[in-house]
Amino acid sequence: MNKTLVHFLTTIFLAGIFGLVLPWWSVMIAALITGFALPLEKVKVFLTPFLAIFLYWGIYCWVLSSNNDFILAKKIARLFPLDENPYLLIVLTGIVGGLAAGTSGWLGKELHTLRK
Amino acid sequence: MKHRGLLLSLLLCGVIFYALNNTVGAVPPLGKFLNPHTGIWQNETNETVAGEVTIPGLNDRVTVHYDAQMIPHVFAQNEHDLYKAQGYLTAKHRLWQVEFQTHAAAGRLSEIIGEKALNYDRTERRRGMGYGAEQSMVYMEKNDPETLELVQAYADGVNAYIDQLTPADYPVEYKLLDYAPEAWSPKKTALLLMYMTKMLAGRDSDLAYTNMRHLFGKEQFDLLFPDFFDHTDPVIPQDTDWSFIEVPQTPTPATMVVMDTIATTLPQPHPDNGSNNWAVSGARSASGKPLLANDPHLGLNLPSIWFVMQLSTPEHNAFGATIPGALGVISGFNQHIAWGETNATRDVTDWYKITFNDNRTHYRYENSWREITPRIETIRIKGKEAFKDTVLYTHHGPVVYDKNFMSDKQKSGYAMRWIGHDGGNHQKTFIDLNKAKNYDDYAKALQYWTAPSQNFVFASTEGDIALWIQGKFPNKWEGQGKFLMDGSRAENDWQSFIPQRFNAHTKNPARGFVSSANQHPVDENYPYYVFNDGYETYRNRVINDFFQSKATFSVEDFKALQNNNFNLKAAELVPHMLDVMDASTLSPKEEKLLEEIKAWTFNNDIDEKGPSIWRAWYGALLPLVWDEFDRDDRAMKKPFDYQTIQLLKTQPSHPLMDWGATPDKTETAKDLFLIAFQQAAEKILSVEKEKGSYAWGRYKATYAGHLLQGLPAFSRFNIPIGGDRSIVNATAENHGPSWRMIVEMTSPPTAIGIYPGGQSGNPGSKYYDNFIDDWAQGNYHQLQFFQNATPSEDLLGTLTLKPTTHE
Repeated sequence: MNKTLVHFLTTIFLAGIFGLVLPWWSVMIAALITGFALPLEKVKVFLTPFLAIFLYWGIYCWVLSSNNDFILAKKIARLFPLDENPYLLIVLTGIVGGLAAGTSGWLGKELHTLRK
Repeated sequence: MKHRGLLLSLLLCGVIFYALNNTVGAVPPLGKFLNPHTGIWQNETNETVAGEVTIPGLNDRVTVHYDAQMIPHVFAQNEHDLYKAQGYLTAKHRLWQVEFQTHAAAGRLSEIIGEKALNYDRTERRRGMGYGAEQSMVYMEKNDPETLELVQAYADGVNAYIDQLTPADYPVEYKLLDYAPEAWSPKKTALLLMYMTKMLAGRDSDLAYTNMRHLFGKEQFDLLFPDFFDHTDPVIPQDTDWSFIEVPQTPTPATMVVMDTIATTLPQPHPDNGSNNWAVSGARSASGKPLLANDPHLGLNLPSIWFVMQLSTPEHNAFGATIPGALGVISGFNQHIAWGETNATRDVTDWYKITFNDNRTHYRYENSWREITPRIETIRIKGKEAFKDTVLYTHHGPVVYDKNFMSDKQKSGYAMRWIGHDGGNHQKTFIDLNKAKNYDDYAKALQYWTAPSQNFVFASTEGDIALWIQGKFPNKWEGQGKFLMDGSRAENDWQSFIPQRFNAHTKNPARGFVSSANQHPVDENYPYYVFNDGYETYRNRVINDFFQSKATFSVEDFKALQNNNFNLKAAELVPHMLDVMDASTLSPKEEKLLEEIKAWTFNNDIDEKGPSIWRAWYGALLPLVWDEFDRDDRAMKKPFDYQTIQLLKTQPSHPLMDWGATPDKTETAKDLFLIAFQQAAEKILSVEKEKGSYAWGRYKATYAGHLLQGLPAFSRFNIPIGGDRSIVNATAENHGPSWRMIVEMTSPPTAIGIYPGGQSGNPGSKYYDNFIDDWAQGNYHQLQFFQNATPSEDLLGTLTLKPTTHE
């Protein structure tokens, strides 16, 4: 399997496991470990964990919210304000998780480089 | 540099972590808030209402059936388990609210929303809210350990729920403000009752009255604020015989009014806090069974102040509206009786001028110096150092105003004597009412109630109707406490209380109905001193006229009356204004409005234009009439509407009618009508421009605001409902009938009810605000009074609360 894909899937897998016991920064730990253990090159260092968590969080909250007719998501989207649009809130959630994962993935890679 | 990448990524990681883990400005910690595992997405659901939960400390299993409205029907085997389950279920559906309201009561909002709440918190501390709650605890510990045990069971129930939570389960408001629920305690129940006492018995105008008495003199003051209006339709019928009262009113001492000028006073509770209740006897009921109705008028908030429940043990079975934080049903019924409350305003807050010694350790009392008891209030502030305030306590109560708070007087202050500080056993009244079987049980249960004084309406399946005005009332000398008093004179202290059995009440009156709408409790014949403390003068007359209009009444009549939009206030002034106003100079646009209000038949229905024109017109008129009362240098209070309208009609040339803005002219009432009408026209036209219509529903735009500063995302706006303040359907912008109930005393009773909210406190639940539309339309829901734990009705689910098993 393609190394990037493995990295991508491992990040999601670890985030899912850690998310059961750790606070929100479980995604940072997941990306840090994956970045360290399965180092990628260049922009992929950031982009792969970013996309992995962007999709993981985005899909997860879409599932939770669509099962409840987006009642709360619409209200929170009004609060931010995101025009009462639940999809924009889902995208924002994905970006938040993605940023956290992307930066810690990069840190993981840097730590990997340091070890050599 | 070799490790530049590492340092940069580490720094970035740290910044991202910090930013997403902490509140930044008004933005909640986005990582915590938005992550799908523990953030708000976990609140995107309805509460579970089925299954089994183990609750430590239960004696037996408790069965909870949820009906289609998500109303829990609780079947417990004993009272201990019942109130424990009530605590648990209240927390399950209303945790954030129940805690927030007691934080608000205790003056602890700065802890969760920061420094902007500091003034509010200080005010609540100065008012002695925490002190009052402590007094209630002391009273209960000393006098009624049985009740305290139930209050503790309720607390344990709340805590059993809190203990099961992980941060993912916290209500969304905790996530928004980034804090966690703390343990519940019996003192919090006492604080909630203080919150109600402040809301309903925390209003007083003594200091403003003192200023005005000073400014206008006695004669003018008495004209503006008479003890009784020229027409009284009191709660207790006027023909009541008081000859059984054998304890006389306190004799009046030769005391002097203290002529101080007070610049500002404490914020006052909402002036519209009030309610309607009434009951008709079997003889005047279409079905032959007594009928009872109650609708408390409070701020329209989400989550609603009410949570509807059925609470039963094998010995009793109660149903109705509960208040999160308090035990039992507050407005409801059981198999034998029904009850409901309206506020029985009485002057139970008085003010005393205190003279301190040089270092403020003592205060003068008669010919000696008494010691001050300082109480240090520590207000914790989110993200800041705590604020400490020392409040000085006298035998009267806390010195609210002194050099550290709203006053610049170095060696004097104003102490508050408030019934809310007296302690009491408020909870016992409701625990006993829930179990009451007849009139005697009801009357006995009320004895424990001290504040806020309430008009408790009653009806029973035995055929009795009654109404007691219950509270702990000082037996005042004539005029006592209307103005600031000298706190160094013993004769100014409250000398005694009216013996409870002499509180005004009526049982099965000849007229066949009882009613109350916050009007004067009694007429002048009642042998104790009662003066007008802002009593309602419109709803009461509409209600009593209705019950005199025909012989018998049905549930449909009761519904119609609760939803009655007749505007008696407007009906008593508008024809007069139209009559005397010189309309010859009106512009064509103004003339159109004049024609519209002329055509109005005084119903505040949503499609009418008359109510909007009336509201704007009267709203413009008052500041013109009473411009003398808008002053920065002293606290003032404008005369009540009833007296204002009387004076406009009978003393149109009174010097106070003159409008100060035109020094070269002397206006009379007639001139003010025209000026006000023109100002109103301008306002109406701007509303039309802004909203597209000034029909009453659009103009008023009723809303139910979220408890957290009306957070728009969690509020409901533009609720299409008529009515207004001083109307039986008392729905104003953000205030109105917060619960409507009608009970027919069949065996068992049959009842309907509704409130503007929903059973869930979670904005992500469809049960958060699902009653609002029906409420606005005047619809009711059948309240399903289950007679046993195996109902045949459709259920949402059944939750079983189990004791811990020791195997």
